[in-house]
Amino acid sequence: MDKTCISPDDRNEKFLRKLKARNIDVQACYQCGRCSSGCPIGDFFDLNVMEVVRLAGYGQEDKLLHSHTIWLCAACETCATRCPNEIEIAGLMDVLRELALRRGIAPAEPRIPLFHQSFLGSIRSWGRVWEIGMIANYKVRSGDLAGDMKLGLSMFLKGKLKLAPHSIKGTSEIKEIFSGKGKEYDR
Amino acid sequence: MKLSYYPGCSLEGTALDYDKSVRAICRKLEIDLVEIPDWNCCGASSAHMTDHETGMRLPIRNLLLANPAGHDILVPCAACFQRLKAADKALREDPGFWDAGDYKPDFKILHISSFLAQPGILATMEAKVTSNLKGLPIACYYGCLSLRNPRITDAANWERPETLERIMTAMGAKPVAWSHKTECCSGSLTMARPDIAEKLVGDIVSAAVRAGATAMVTDCPMCQANVESRQSGETYAPAMPVFFVTELLLAAITGTYPSKQQKVHLVSPAALSRIFSDATLKKEVSV
Ligand code: SF4
Ligand code: SF4
Repeated sequence: MDKTCISPDDRNEKFLRKLKARNIDVQACYQCGRCSSGCPIGDFFDLNVMEVVRLAGYGQEDKLLHSHTIWLCAACETCATRCPNEIEIAGLMDVLRELALRRGIAPAEPRIPLFHQSFLGSIRSWGRVWEIGMIANYKVRSGDLAGDMKLGLSMFLKGKLKLAPHSIKGTSEIKEIFSGKGKEYDR
Repeated sequence: MKLSYYPGCSLEGTALDYDKSVRAICRKLEIDLVEIPDWNCCGASSAHMTDHETGMRLPIRNLLLANPAGHDILVPCAACFQRLKAADKALREDPGFWDAGDYKPDFKILHISSFLAQPGILATMEAKVTSNLKGLPIACYYGCLSLRNPRITDAANWERPETLERIMTAMGAKPVAWSHKTECCSGSLTMARPDIAEKLVGDIVSAAVRAGATAMVTDCPMCQANVESRQSGETYAPAMPVFFVTELLLAAITGTYPSKQQKVHLVSPAALSRIFSDATLKKEVSV
């Protein structure tokens, strides 16, 4: 059993302000459980969706940032669509993942952020995703070299993977976006 | 009619055949597709899931590039559609915040099946059919991102959509009534957690089989690739092919389903052999 004591008295105010700024009204939750019941990945979560919303309402940032749930969430938006209070739960998951990365917290599911980083690395280089390069990059970084070899090979043989990347003209604008354009004022 | 066209990265790679069939159908409809000049990746799930600003500014660049032409924007990929809609809403609400001057274009962002299911367009396509799909029992599969969140997508009927059903019925197929048409297949996790993808895909395909479907049709390139590639095949046989909506439209209109198209599938498209006489269809396509 988890023996940690949870109390709104130790809430992280800055975290709550961040949610407010993004219009994610976690305090509107009345714990009906509709978000959790419809979540397709819920069986694999350590914290269920409603628990995430409730912990967020209590300002319990640390517990959330160390969870498996924030990485396993597939951003399918079922929870936020069905929440009777229209709480932007998928947006909350976005905020949590971004905070975990910014704070350098070791992700409970390390392969998932590595995949995202490989995907984004491809955009940063070419302006578009070049699948072979992105997959190779992910395989090397995650050490998952054997996984999906057969699938990759059959996709390759079927001509589904483009052999050479196509670079857009505006790559300098893309680099500017990745280097944090507009974030100067983001606290 | 002229439309701006945003193909997105999948349609240049694993879903290249989707791009070709979209363009072919638009030619049949005398729609002139103008590709957005120098478009970039919309960031898909990976960008907004890990970095809000990047996740907004990537699709914003595309909208600003589409703005001068001013045509409605046709988007075949569900993920690109959702990201462009999210960016468009944010821009209209507060263009200054996103350094976009006075952004108020007249264009609409259109996802392919909602566009094609409009009565006028549907009637035009129906009149062109040369090979009716002969009652093919088909499960219409939408997945997530063209529908959810409706506050972003403006989808009219997000729990029980029927645009694909309308299109398939017009082509003479018989859409099955089933439970999983808007369930998530976990495409964004498929590389890092294939075990989860296999579970969700297994549930979706089993539900389609229970409803009597011999094929699935979708308008999302991630769903198409994920559902064809993550069938572990123990609970249902034979494996379930997943077609793109425009792929079947083109086959019904031209009356042919060429062997080159058959070969792009990871699962045998033999379910179509009753409809299209091409002898190669009777053989299993090896993976
Ligand atoms: S659906 Fe909304 S109100 Fe209900 S438990 Fe989930 S977050 Fe709370
Ligand atoms: S967005 Fe994430 S938490 Fe919400 S239902 Fe989908 S997978 Fe579950």
